[in-house]
Amino acid sequence: MPEPLLHLEESRSFNRDVLAYIQHAAETGLYEIRGLGAKRALPTFDDLVFLTASASRYPLEGYRETCATRTVLGARRARQPVELDIPITIAGMSFGALSANAKEAIGRAATDMGTSTTTGDGGMTEEERQASKWLVYQCLPSRYGFNPDDLRRADAIEIVIGQGAKPGGGGMLLGQKISPRVAAMRTLPEGIDQRSACRHPDWTGPDDLTIKINELRELTDWRVPIYVKMGATRVRDDVKLAVKAGADVVIIDGMQGGTAATQQVFIEHAGIPTLAALPLAVEALEDMGVADEVQLVISGGIRTGADVAKALALGADAVAIGQAVLMALGCNSPTWFDHGAAIDATPDYHALQTAPGYCHHCHTGRCPVGVTTQSPELELRLDPDHGARRLRNYLQVLTMELTTLARACGKSNVHHLEREDLVALTIEAAAMARVPLAGTNWIPGKPSL
Amino acid sequence: MDRPSQRLIRLDLEQQTLREVNDFLHQRLPHEFAGGEMPRVEILNPNGRHNVAVGLDTPVEVDILGHAGYFIAGMNKAARVTVHGNVGWSVAENIMSGTVRVKGCASECAGASGRGGLLVIEGDASSRCGISLKGSDIVVAGSVGHMAAFMAQAGTLVVCGDAGAGLGDSLYEAVLYVRGQIAGLGADARIEPLSAPDHQRLTRLLAAAGLPHAPQEFQRVGSARNLYHWHADRGGAYG
Repeated sequence: MPEPLLHLEESRSFNRDVLAYIQHAAETGLYEIRGLGAKRALPTFDDLVFLTASASRYPLEGYRETCATRTVLGARRARQPVELDIPITIAGMSFGALSANAKEAIGRAATDMGTSTTTGDGGMTEEERQASKWLVYQCLPSRYGFNPDDLRRADAIEIVIGQGAKPGGGGMLLGQKISPRVAAMRTLPEGIDQRSACRHPDWTGPDDLTIKINELRELTDWRVPIYVKMGATRVRDDVKLAVKAGADVVIIDGMQGGTAATQQVFIEHAGIPTLAALPLAVEALEDMGVADEVQLVISGGIRTGADVAKALALGADAVAIGQAVLMALGCNSPTWFDHGAAIDATPDYHALQTAPGYCHHCHTGRCPVGVTTQSPELELRLDPDHGARRLRNYLQVLTMELTTLARACGKSNVHHLEREDLVALTIEAAAMARVPLAGTNWIPGKPSL
Repeated sequence: MDRPSQRLIRLDLEQQTLREVNDFLHQRLPHEFAGGEMPRVEILNPNGRHNVAVGLDTPVEVDILGHAGYFIAGMNKAARVTVHGNVGWSVAENIMSGTVRVKGCASECAGASGRGGLLVIEGDASSRCGISLKGSDIVVAGSVGHMAAFMAQAGTLVVCGDAGAGLGDSLYEAVLYVRGQIAGLGADARIEPLSAPDHQRLTRLLAAAGLPHAPQEFQRVGSARNLYHWHADRGGAYG
């Protein structure tokens, strides 16, 4: 006898993902903590396209005519601004979240490409200082490992108020990543589930921030620029307050920005998309008349040279990348390399109940490819030479894609890309980016041209 | 105290900019007196100015003659700084070593995130004194406000007067001693018995601060360590 056909109708409100969430919550009494960034569908730079040159504009020859990429950050007050060869910087990621080999590989690749890298929650390691020509030193709420000696040997100081993955929330590093070295750097007992503070311990509010920025300037004898990094929420107000407080560079991290570990509810439900945040930040700088003095760095889900080009066209001076850096190093790859030989890592993904392409288990410290781990055994899976070469290749591709698009728009300098070079493919993207919907002259919320 | 041969240098914030004063302390002073006896430095007319004597990295004695603002002697290394007046927020924040002494009272977040050295406040300290402490010793001759030693990781806070509500909330391995009344303990903080090492530590710190109290007059507060690991049954304590 054939089985009777079942009529299966999945609830849209309580689908299998929601059921799994409820049942996990009921079983454990704890919310989910994970790494990386938002996985939900969001408006992105993919919803914009360039109006490259034709009869009304003329392009530059892609393989002959130069297209400048030099980027200077923080020249407003610092005696030694940050002078980069490309407008693509490496975002702050901590030693602790990342292995020492990963930090070293990042520093070497960034230096080879003439760009900056950034410390993270946990302080500066000797490996990354030695490997990095341009090293931005973060001043975070936790102040783990923070000290005036490292401040004085930094090339810029970044006051972190928040980040896109968890604006308003503090960081986390679960016990399995608190190795003896990480514990010593953070002045914490080994193996505890560590909570980073969400507010700075020594100041509150924008007036205090003004004084704090001046303290850091005085301490470093006004040598290096001061950046202020914020998660994208009330962007227009926050950017104005940061500039008024004295920031030389403002970094806005959209909700696609990644993290080593935080609550899933933060990652998916707090902050606004990078695409929406960037025009708000630009408008804030223009309102204050400082768009030519204060540099804007945008981050959160930047993946391709096209993303970089679109960010610059919308008014950013540079971008910062984090998750893409990890992926260039091998994050979510099915293999790792031992003296050039590819070794299958899928059993290690399966042990974490995940698979290559789906892994967000940075918080476990059991990274199958040795990037986000403190395990001496796993860390060896990322050779700094190999990692640096891969990241350098990736940064080169981003830069070539960026200049290719810029030349096709007729620009001899990537910083000449402008909003007029873009149109949007969706009404949402047009409204957020303040560019016309493709095929129209309509920008939602603005009078027709 | 002046030694007969010790040179005295006076810097006047009514005559010189803050930048000039801090630049002298950072650059000229260690360079000009390298290998010899350091002079004593007096800073006149602070008049509530912020960021005075931040980032010192020299074993010099500095007296700030008057009331001063935020971040006084921030991130101090090696220097011995005395403020002859009151201070604003975050005096000696992130102090690494040396001594900072406030003859008056301190506003919020005194000694925040300090990693070493000694901070003495001869008056009272406001809220969040010793927040995020990472190894410094702080002695307050008077009382402290609410949330003192919040998330303090290592080091010692000695309070000779009373402590406000939420004392030692989310403590890690820092140890607190209170001689007066405790208005309330924060999450995961608990009263613990005084041991012989506590007596020795208190005796040393009270002597360094120049205070006459006996160790047995104090209560010890430490971490119950119940929040060191995430656990469903402690959900309420996580807030």
